[in-house]
Amino acid sequence: MKVLVAVKRVVDYNVKVRVKADNSGVELANVKMAMNPFCEIAVEEAVRLKEKGIATEIIAVTVGPQAAQEQLRTALALGADRAILVQTDDVAEPLAIAKILKGICDEEQPGLVVLGKQAIDGDNNQTGQMLAALAGYAQGTFASVVEVAGDKAKVTREIDGGLQTVELTLPAVVTTDLRLNEPRYASLPNIMKAKKKPLDTKAPSDFGVDTTPRLKTVKVNAPAERSAGIKVKTVEELVDKLKNEAKVI
Amino acid sequence: MATLIIAEHDNASIKGATLNTVTAAVAIGGDVHVLVAGEGCQAAADAAAKIAGVSKVLLADNAAYGHQLAENVSLLVAELGKSYSHILVPATTRGKNVLPRVAALLDASQISEISAVISADTFERPIYAGNAIATVQSTEDIKVITVRPTGFDAAAAEGGSAAVEAVGSVQDAGVSSFVGEELAKSDRPELAGAKIVVSGGRGMGNGENFDLLYTLADKLGAAVGASRAAVDAGFVPNDMQVGQTGKVVAPALYIAVGISGAIQHLAGMKDSKVIVAINKDEEAPIFSVADYGIVGDLFDIVPQLDKLV
Repeated sequence: MKVLVAVKRVVDYNVKVRVKADNSGVELANVKMAMNPFCEIAVEEAVRLKEKGIATEIIAVTVGPQAAQEQLRTALALGADRAILVQTDDVAEPLAIAKILKGICDEEQPGLVVLGKQAIDGDNNQTGQMLAALAGYAQGTFASVVEVAGDKAKVTREIDGGLQTVELTLPAVVTTDLRLNEPRYASLPNIMKAKKKPLDTKAPSDFGVDTTPRLKTVKVNAPAERSAGIKVKTVEELVDKLKNEAKVI
Repeated sequence: MATLIIAEHDNASIKGATLNTVTAAVAIGGDVHVLVAGEGCQAAADAAAKIAGVSKVLLADNAAYGHQLAENVSLLVAELGKSYSHILVPATTRGKNVLPRVAALLDASQISEISAVISADTFERPIYAGNAIATVQSTEDIKVITVRPTGFDAAAAEGGSAAVEAVGSVQDAGVSSFVGEELAKSDRPELAGAKIVVSGGRGMGNGENFDLLYTLADKLGAAVGASRAAVDAGFVPNDMQVGQTGKVVAPALYIAVGISGAIQHLAGMKDSKVIVAINKDEEAPIFSVADYGIVGDLFDIVPQLDKLV
């Protein structure tokens, strides 16, 4: 079966972002970008399914600007067979991305779609679930184990308080949690080979999707700063402060 | 204008996060209705009816909703939700699992994890791991929203007297089924709702050393959390993780032990009222958010602390 993997270009997770002076957003000029960490896990899972002989072809897809090609090339270097860039300069909302992915599912008929559970820029945690709803697929969100057998997938999910296992009829959508796997690094020969792999460019309009945002960002502020604390020398002093100054114990 | 809340419950009782969500709904204005979807969940519905501020409880009691699978519950909520201006759910793993599905079925853009209500259509939410706060306005007819429980006070669990109304509609998508569950057993308070949280990081060294924190936590009536590093190292199970990818907590007191304070961890705890850091590295970023810091070996400090409190 085909496996579709959605990846997103985001600010590198090690970068401490700054809010723009005019409060219109965060400063993204000259900031290091990378593949969203949860998407790396999604690519890795797809590659492992191929290595097990379950997946026959891996298609990596992204919705984003021209520069998002870099992240598709990374996915190709990690083991994806071909890639699709759906190019838009709008900051597409999860619903629009889900609609585009639904369009791609209609064309490609994958057996499984793997996404990260959330992107670390918008922190939305919506796209996978929305795609599943639009396509009428079952969903296995926050997956920490995925076992595919026949036309079913058994997915162990990380839930509040522990783990839950569900069985999904394929095709299905899986969103990855951190402990699903440890993504591999792309080797230099594979990075070179990835440059020759096919990468199609499409537009949201090819799928009849309008990516104009439906939510308006009124402003973006820096979070309230915490006032500077103090360092205490002894545990006695600490307990005294907690009891008498902060009154929390 | 009325708001529908999907209750977080275990069939027998209503979970605390639902109470915080009721407060958010009251801030939006209009009637507040609560949907209890499950199997054998009459007791949870009765509990929901007592929450102050709730005017009606919808009870959908059916085997199809037994494990609250997103595929089935989302169809029900999308059907009921058409007559509401707002649909709210606490941003728990269950809420995050089901609500985007509802939003897509209603063709509405969802707003995730609001931390404040500005008006009926404008909300605040943290982005970039809490390093920025966005104010977002929605023009959607039905506003579909997950609510960060730590952003709102809990509504009173008693004092309301809403009517409970049964919902006949049964929706079964038939594409998923529940296999099993493995819940971590704990007598300590739930992490997300605890007044005091004691958390350990990579500095704890191993899982056995967490006993130090459990002892301290039991004395303080606290919950025990962990950083991603401690979870990834296998010291503790992952449901104890505090951070952007784990639980977001805002207790009165947060004690970070052997935690450096990476961005991803701070996103989960920096709204705590008082933060205490115990770390041997005085350059650790955790000290920049801590109200009280103590530089030293946690294996000396924690037992001393345990003796003194």
